[in-house]
Amino acid sequence: MIKIVKRDQPSRAIFFFTPVLAIFLTLVAGGLIFFILGFKPFEALKFFFIIPIADKYGFSELLLKATPLCLIAIGLSFCFKSNNWNIGAEGQLTFGAIVSGGVALLFYEQEGFYILPIVILAGAIGGMLYASIPAILKTYFNTNEILVSLMLVYVSKLILDYLVVGPWSNPEGFNFPETRQFSDSAKLPLLFEGLRIHAGIFLALAAVVISWFVFYKTYLGFQMKVAGFSLKTAKYAGYKGKKMIILVFLISGACAGLAGVGEITGPIGQLHREISPDYGFTAIIVAFLGRLHPVGIIFASLVVAITYLGAETAQIFMQIPKYTGQVFQGMILFFLLASDYLLFFKIKFIGSKK
Amino acid sequence: MHKFLIRSFVSSLVLIFTLTVAAVAKDVKAAFVYIGPTGDHGWTYQHDVGRKAVEAAGFKTTYVEGVPESADAERVLRQLANSGHDVIFTTSFGYMNPTNKVAKEFPNVKFEHATGYKREHPNVSTYAARFYEGRTILGTIAGTMTKSNVIGYVASFPIPEVIRGINSFTLAAQKVNPNIKTKIVWAFTWYDPGKEAEAAKALIDQGADVIAQHTDSTAIVQMAEKAGVYAFGQASDMDKFAPKAVLTSVENNWGPYYVDRVKAVANGTWNQKDTWHGIGDGMVVISDLDSQMPADLRSKVKKLQADLASGKVHSFTGPIYDQKGNLMVAEGKTADDGMLAGMMTYVKGVEGDIPK
Repeated sequence: MIKIVKRDQPSRAIFFFTPVLAIFLTLVAGGLIFFILGFKPFEALKFFFIIPIADKYGFSELLLKATPLCLIAIGLSFCFKSNNWNIGAEGQLTFGAIVSGGVALLFYEQEGFYILPIVILAGAIGGMLYASIPAILKTYFNTNEILVSLMLVYVSKLILDYLVVGPWSNPEGFNFPETRQFSDSAKLPLLFEGLRIHAGIFLALAAVVISWFVFYKTYLGFQMKVAGFSLKTAKYAGYKGKKMIILVFLISGACAGLAGVGEITGPIGQLHREISPDYGFTAIIVAFLGRLHPVGIIFASLVVAITYLGAETAQIFMQIPKYTGQVFQGMILFFLLASDYLLFFKIKFIGSKK
Repeated sequence: MHKFLIRSFVSSLVLIFTLTVAAVAKDVKAAFVYIGPTGDHGWTYQHDVGRKAVEAAGFKTTYVEGVPESADAERVLRQLANSGHDVIFTTSFGYMNPTNKVAKEFPNVKFEHATGYKREHPNVSTYAARFYEGRTILGTIAGTMTKSNVIGYVASFPIPEVIRGINSFTLAAQKVNPNIKTKIVWAFTWYDPGKEAEAAKALIDQGADVIAQHTDSTAIVQMAEKAGVYAFGQASDMDKFAPKAVLTSVENNWGPYYVDRVKAVANGTWNQKDTWHGIGDGMVVISDLDSQMPADLRSKVKKLQADLASGKVHSFTGPIYDQKGNLMVAEGKTADDGMLAGMMTYVKGVEGDIPK
């Protein structure tokens, strides 16, 4: 007989085991879906998860794809750890890209070592400004940050639309919705000849290290943890809640803004309407799959990044619809949330008594 | 038995024919990159119909759908170029820079970019259709069928391609009905059923009883069907989505061009070109005309179609005035391709301003 028993305390081992379980279940379910669709499941999974990164170029593309996901997810983990539900990273990414792109356009056809740092900084500031809106509204007017940050995503995309269609559109571009190409000085340097992986990956790695230090070695990290467990306790302990809310939103916004900078000054090289395939939303999956732990987030961003690449490869070589990539991302989150049940409950197998 | 003999004779003929075609094909592989899903019943759907024509001609094809115009486009292109494809069709404007970038790295692969203007390397061609010729037909129908003299037009982006369509449509409508006004709503999207339906509703609320569209979903014709006004299908024959509303559709017919270009790659005769084909070359096709249209209108439209195809009639024949009354094209003259390619002013009779 099987009996479900509540755990006295959430199991720490299970805490890190469930993401692995979720990925495993996703693979099984994915294989099943491929089978139902009439594809050989193992071959399909191979084209999905192994072939795309089997060579140097493929691996570099994996890192390129994982960089913004990792960066945004690290930022989000500051918010999520402290019970602040910032769902609008996509908007902060977009606004960061707008500000940094605007600065890059100011330096059009100019060269100089100082241009890139200004462009990067502008992106971080843009993301912070945009994240400060839900933060300030939450702290001083008690609004719901989920709603505000989510709605602001659409606002940011409309602002970007307006700029690239109108005032910032390329004067030589027949009014097509795109800006001029940035000058080389405004672009992140490439790390290897012939590959697209750029210096933005160092920003992501720096974010990983800094976040680990903040989470586990500072008073702020401790405050965040307490606030995450219980806001009342945090208030009772006398923590300055408002300051912390604004701070975590600013950090999160800066990270998302930097991710935007990485895209437009990296592989894209200009502003246009589609600078991000919803990295800001996908990073939410990454943050939770990585258990809000910096190292976990690195692995999670690689796993999720591969679902993008795999979907393309599977379509090119096996004619599997490309949208299965999104199905995989959805399944990972679904199985993760489902298997989190095991955190609080355990399954007991009770032998038949004689 | 007799029947059986004929049938097997015919099928063996077909078999021989297919085999010959396949032998000629020299294993040329063509790839197609799509912005939307192949099931959008608009832009991407029609490109995929073109791809199937290439397959039917005996060539192998590959496609990738839903490729965003973000940093991802470049990777998909490089992967296709790297995996043995000889010619790659990139079917959205936003692939312009990635196409030229990847083309530089793969000089032996041919690239065909739809609707763009950059041909930075000898292995990049561009192609587009003279959709405005189809819109001359739609304008003629709209001007005749409207009772309120207000015609709605859901537009995507203020680029010359779209402005040209609005102008061509309005000029044709004015010719049959000088009192009409064209009202524009900019949806700022190529494909967003929700936004498109909203735009159509706004126009219907303003009294429009015929709706034209330069966006790709079927939402507008469906909205028109519900509201009991007329509409036109875009990109594919949308009659089945709104049988009462749709009077006709302007279909994008890429198949002949695609087959032609892939064959050219196979024969080694491919060269860099900038193609702009219309009704005459069969790239723009007018669907069946709905029986709700009076018979004389239908025969008039048929004649106009033939005249546009032969070049006897040009969509932009002077005198054409802009909104302020300045002469754009003099009497007896026609607008040249340069003017059409950069057209960024409305003609008289269009309401509102072009968003800046």
